[in-house]
Amino acid sequence: MDFGSINPILLLASLMVAATPILLAAIGELVVERAGVLNLGVEGMMIVGSVLGFVAAIGTGNAWVGFGVAAVAGAGLALMFGILTQYLLTNQVASGLALTLFGLGLAALLGQGYLGTKAPSFPDLHIPVLGDIPVIGPIVFQHDPMVYIGLAIVAGVWWFLNKTRGGLVLRAVGENHEAAHALGYHVIRTRLLAIMFGGACAGLGGAYLSIVRVPTYAEGLTAGAGWIALAIVVFASWKPGRLLIGAYLFGGVTVLQLNLQAAGVAIPVEYLSMSPYIATILVLVIMSAGSAPGSLGKTFHASR
Amino acid sequence: MIALEKRPQPSQMWSLASPLVAVALTMLAGAGLFAALGQDPLEALVKIFWEPLFGEFAFYYRPQLLIKGAPLVLIAIGLSLGFRAGIWNIGAEGQYIIGALSGAAVALALYPSEARWLVFPLMVIAGALGGCAWAMIPGLLKVKFKTNEILVSLMLVYVAEQLLASMALGAMRNPEGQGFPGSRNMAQMEAATSWINQSAGMHWGVVAAFISVIFAYVLLAKHVLGFQIKLAGQAPRAAAFSGTNPARLILFCLGTSGALAGMAGMFEISGPSGIVSIDFNVGYGFTAIIVAFLGRLHPIGILLAAGLMALTYIGGDVAQSSLGLPGAAIQVFQGMLLFFLLAVDVLTNYRVRFGQRSAA
Repeated sequence: MDFGSINPILLLASLMVAATPILLAAIGELVVERAGVLNLGVEGMMIVGSVLGFVAAIGTGNAWVGFGVAAVAGAGLALMFGILTQYLLTNQVASGLALTLFGLGLAALLGQGYLGTKAPSFPDLHIPVLGDIPVIGPIVFQHDPMVYIGLAIVAGVWWFLNKTRGGLVLRAVGENHEAAHALGYHVIRTRLLAIMFGGACAGLGGAYLSIVRVPTYAEGLTAGAGWIALAIVVFASWKPGRLLIGAYLFGGVTVLQLNLQAAGVAIPVEYLSMSPYIATILVLVIMSAGSAPGSLGKTFHASR
Repeated sequence: MIALEKRPQPSQMWSLASPLVAVALTMLAGAGLFAALGQDPLEALVKIFWEPLFGEFAFYYRPQLLIKGAPLVLIAIGLSLGFRAGIWNIGAEGQYIIGALSGAAVALALYPSEARWLVFPLMVIAGALGGCAWAMIPGLLKVKFKTNEILVSLMLVYVAEQLLASMALGAMRNPEGQGFPGSRNMAQMEAATSWINQSAGMHWGVVAAFISVIFAYVLLAKHVLGFQIKLAGQAPRAAAFSGTNPARLILFCLGTSGALAGMAGMFEISGPSGIVSIDFNVGYGFTAIIVAFLGRLHPIGILLAAGLMALTYIGGDVAQSSLGLPGAAIQVFQGMLLFFLLAVDVLTNYRVRFGQRSAA
């Protein structure tokens, strides 16, 4: 055992990277749930995003194209879910599960020829001045652009939900869709847009896993990240600020666990690998008191 | 303008017809998928749905139908009880693994005992208890802390998979296996095997599956608990007024589905699979979700749906070996089936109206 090999600065720096895919998927789902829709298909959209993003990045040699394709693919799958739940009025839990099962199969099918392939490089930004600050520089300011895009999306969602008219409408739709409908807001249109935004974010998160975090393609590489993202939304009590804490907490557990594995701690690898999932369960137990949006998971049908 | 109008009561006719329509639509979409993969769609469908039943090697494939169908029925029956009551156990895959590990632990601990009268019943009990205990974790957390059972049961699948890996490589590894990562073969142990007649595909899991169908049918049709399950799903408020105890219902549904999934795992590991190995679980716990919905959450329906799903597994193997179709194509196929089923189901609860939107 050699704890000396664990460098606290590198540990904190990789924490931000480890948290990013979950953060991206979770912020998307947060918007969806604030609009009153429960989409359990995050894992499916993430894994399809990871495959299609990877394939596009390999094909063009440009990681940005990969992220773009992944976002579009995620939004496309989410649209399927949206049509099912909003127009065909299906049960949201069942439809979300269907999306996940379908996505897992589709990803395995599409990714077949790419097993073990390496992703094109996606270099870290070197932010002048800020990146040169000792300790804080390497931890916060020397990452790849997607880390900051993720943070920007979280900030943007906070601003949108709390400071804009559109955000108010979205929250109204999520809290009480009957009342929002009576006020003349377009419940279904708002929800469809939210669902597609959620899908695009999940796709981005998946692509971040395959292009940056793992950088080689392997089957089932999301390994439940989508479900953890769902749990983090609950942990965050549907608030963007707390979401950040949740995602970094989770990133911390993941990174620490990986570092302990590398340091050769006497605990078997399998038990260390369980820790993120067990941490998620503990977090759910502690934070189950938050108040969910009033219409979450309920089907809306405007009767005349 | 097309509009949907809620039916006063779900249509009986569409409730039965929609699985058939969904299967037909999935076949069409599947044909498209196979064409996109560069296969002759008709040939692929024949290979998947016809050859295993009536083709040249049907004598080999028909028993497989029982082997693949039994765990699906056992798990789906358990899930359907919870789904009816609005209790979502998504982690059957984990309960299946833990049940298998519990059963295997008994068999391996008592090896080389030859007392089948003792070993096998103990294994069944251990498998059921193991799966039940694993499902009780989300159950108790939901009852005590209102924790979301969907997420907890799902997280526990990943924990169970790691536990399986740890057991296969560590505690349960065959001491005489020359480093091979897996346990002793329980299917070859006289005292522990679940096989009744291997060439016919008969094992105790198949028997248990049929018993579970009867048990669930009687429970739902005749027992007050079955009535409460249905009531809690359709009218939660009415259920509360009629004296249903929601905590007891949650624990019963999760516990039963966990026990059944655990038994399915135990029968699988002591028969068709035989050894504890890393790739023991193949997703029956997730496919069973599709089976439960396709079977309309009804015991008899589940039996038929499991037969169809088992057929897609076997047909997928056939198509993989003879056409070189990727194995994952079947997973896509199963996912599409659930999508179409949910979509067509709109007709069960709503009537389609064509015509002008009336002035408000």
